[in-house]
Amino acid sequence: MTDELITLKIDGKEVQVAEGTTLLKACKQAGVDVPSLCYLDGINEEASCSVCMVEVKNARTLVRSCVTKATNGAEVSTNTERVRRARRINVELLLANHPQDCFVCDRNETCELRRLAHNLGVRQVRFPKTSGPRWELDTSSPSLVRDPNKCVLCRRCISVCNRVQTVNAIDATQRGRRTVVSTFMDMGLGSVSCVNCGQCLLVCPTGAIVETNATAGVWQALSDPEKTVLVEVAPAVRASIGEEFGLPPGTRVTGKMVAALRKLGFNKVFDTQFTADLTIMEEGHELIERLTHKGVLPMITSCSPGWIKFAEHFYPRLMKNISSCKSPQQMFGAVAKTYYAQKLGLDPRRVTVVSIMPCTAKKYEAKRPEMVAAFHFWKDKLHLKESDVFPDVDYVLTTREAARMMKEAGIKFVDLPEETFDSPLGMSTGAAVIFGATGGVMEAALRTAYEVVTKKKLERLDFGDLRGLKGIKTTEVDLNGTKIKVAVANSLGAARKLLDEIEEGKSPYTFIEIMTCPGGCLGGGGQPIPTDTEVREKRKMAIYEEDRNMPIRKSHENPHVQQLYKEFFGEPLSDKAHHLLHTAYAARPLYRR
Amino acid sequence: MDIEKTDIEDIRRNVEEICAPWEGRPGNLIMILHQIQNRYSYVPRRISFEVAKRLSIPLARIYEVITFYNYFKLEPPGKNIVSVCMGTACYLKGAPSLVERLGQELGIKPGESTRDKNFYLQVVRCLGCCGLAPVLTVGQKVYSNVRPEQVPGILAEYRQGAVV
Repeated sequence: MTDELITLKIDGKEVQVAEGTTLLKACKQAGVDVPSLCYLDGINEEASCSVCMVEVKNARTLVRSCVTKATNGAEVSTNTERVRRARRINVELLLANHPQDCFVCDRNETCELRRLAHNLGVRQVRFPKTSGPRWELDTSSPSLVRDPNKCVLCRRCISVCNRVQTVNAIDATQRGRRTVVSTFMDMGLGSVSCVNCGQCLLVCPTGAIVETNATAGVWQALSDPEKTVLVEVAPAVRASIGEEFGLPPGTRVTGKMVAALRKLGFNKVFDTQFTADLTIMEEGHELIERLTHKGVLPMITSCSPGWIKFAEHFYPRLMKNISSCKSPQQMFGAVAKTYYAQKLGLDPRRVTVVSIMPCTAKKYEAKRPEMVAAFHFWKDKLHLKESDVFPDVDYVLTTREAARMMKEAGIKFVDLPEETFDSPLGMSTGAAVIFGATGGVMEAALRTAYEVVTKKKLERLDFGDLRGLKGIKTTEVDLNGTKIKVAVANSLGAARKLLDEIEEGKSPYTFIEIMTCPGGCLGGGGQPIPTDTEVREKRKMAIYEEDRNMPIRKSHENPHVQQLYKEFFGEPLSDKAHHLLHTAYAARPLYRR
Repeated sequence: MDIEKTDIEDIRRNVEEICAPWEGRPGNLIMILHQIQNRYSYVPRRISFEVAKRLSIPLARIYEVITFYNYFKLEPPGKNIVSVCMGTACYLKGAPSLVERLGQELGIKPGESTRDKNFYLQVVRCLGCCGLAPVLTVGQKVYSNVRPEQVPGILAEYRQGAVV
């Protein structure tokens, strides 16, 4: 693209755009909305759906505006009978092979295909189904379910997986009417290098990729009088769940969310932010330990389970660089079923932990076989057998699933009066809130590490360089005369650059934060749809606003975390902390043999 | 040769030998897959894995290419490869009835091998001898002007214990 401006007419109105601009973008600039389906700006520009057709004067045929460049003097019409008819027929053709079970589809309210068909005036589907194959569902993944029958082959999922995340778990296979998005040897997402991030799900225009549904188990636990059901909510959920109830993106709904969860019947409404503060205590001290005892550096954060699986597949040589701290979700499960259960005299087997996450990879993380720290804690005390094993976190719901349960329960979310989290595992600081945004874990860790190392008060709490949606962000911090460089990677594609540097021995950094999803957790695969750049920006603002409004903004000042150390763990990195709050990683092959 | 039991170092040596000449050349994956199939008679999963590592190409991408082209096989084909030409001339001179008869005799569809792994049946495009239509080949041997009733006789030449 050059700086040269060209002039064209769109629907009779003159517009000037930079040379090289596509007609789709030129139309947008002119305030004209051209419908599109497969197009994702900068990510998927395959022109496979033919929905964004426009008419260019003197052109032989209608053109796809997403891949046609604007030319000087062109006269473009976006709203002629010919254009409307072509768009309508193209969507009708897509519908011919699409299952018509919209009533029971997860994406009922957010399906782009359904909305397009409606908006483009499709009122009948005249074309018969082609005799293509019926595909089996791919249920091999603990996080995601793929239904190729609902796929319209727009290839957005492939582009996000390959170009944004560089995971390359899926691609188009076969051809002609047998074309299907699949994995290596059709092994299924659960048997290949898929990291369960769910970015494919977020960009899918239909219900061809959805999360595995955990709501049935949660309903069952909630109606079991024998069970004490605890819920923990991740930071990013309070900045997004309002969208599911029609509130604009970026609305902070912490108090209403707590009230709604209490109405759903959870015995205690706790906060993953409590264990985010705990994570900072452990991870901050781990960093100090590595710095002072010549440990492996740079240290990399470990909160994002998609990133962990990515590392195990693609960077097995860097296992020792990753912090041994469990994620806040898993720390919560371990603390709830040990410290909290013990404190209240509850049988840990009758405590159910449900977590609400902006994430699909968290479903997988909770099912990792090593995530059973509470079982090992109680094993001897309660004379348990190996077969009595129970997970630290029982059920993981995405933001969307939690909202669905609230709707099912008839909760009028928007009208609820605000309530506060239960004590003690509901207390948290501003440092924990920002875990939900890219750069937040780093910022929270620096707030604590700085004060622990220097014994001085940190005057400016905001690390502006680490905020925002750029791929890689860096800054330098002075820890008592030792200057350390830190970096933040926003998405796995961005992370590769930092990781390759480490492998080549050229990394200048001491500490690196890696978040799997663009934007961090606020842009996670479990978040309300749509989640695009604009929506991510707004959720980010909400997160930082929530931080500013917290009375305490540094993890080590959380009084209940201090109490937890006093009553239970002793000090950060203690033996007990190691057993319950830390873990280990192992290399994984790219596919299961 | 059972590829699943072959020593990994042997496989890596073979893959290196095949990949090295194509290093850095655009479109090399297809040429490499061709040579792998020439050597192994199909593209084994373990080989794909090593090629992916050697060329830094995602496994899913290799699978995309293998499944896009009819030519590449994911399973070892039967010992005798029966190819029926379906080019225009052969098609008009009755090739479809040959495919049908072969299918009946062997109990398989094109793209499949018989259970005893003795035959593999495939449909190919023009073999370049339209004057002999319809044509089929078994291995390297060409059979011309074939009529469906000749099919059992041709297959008999390759049955177990047949005198060649």
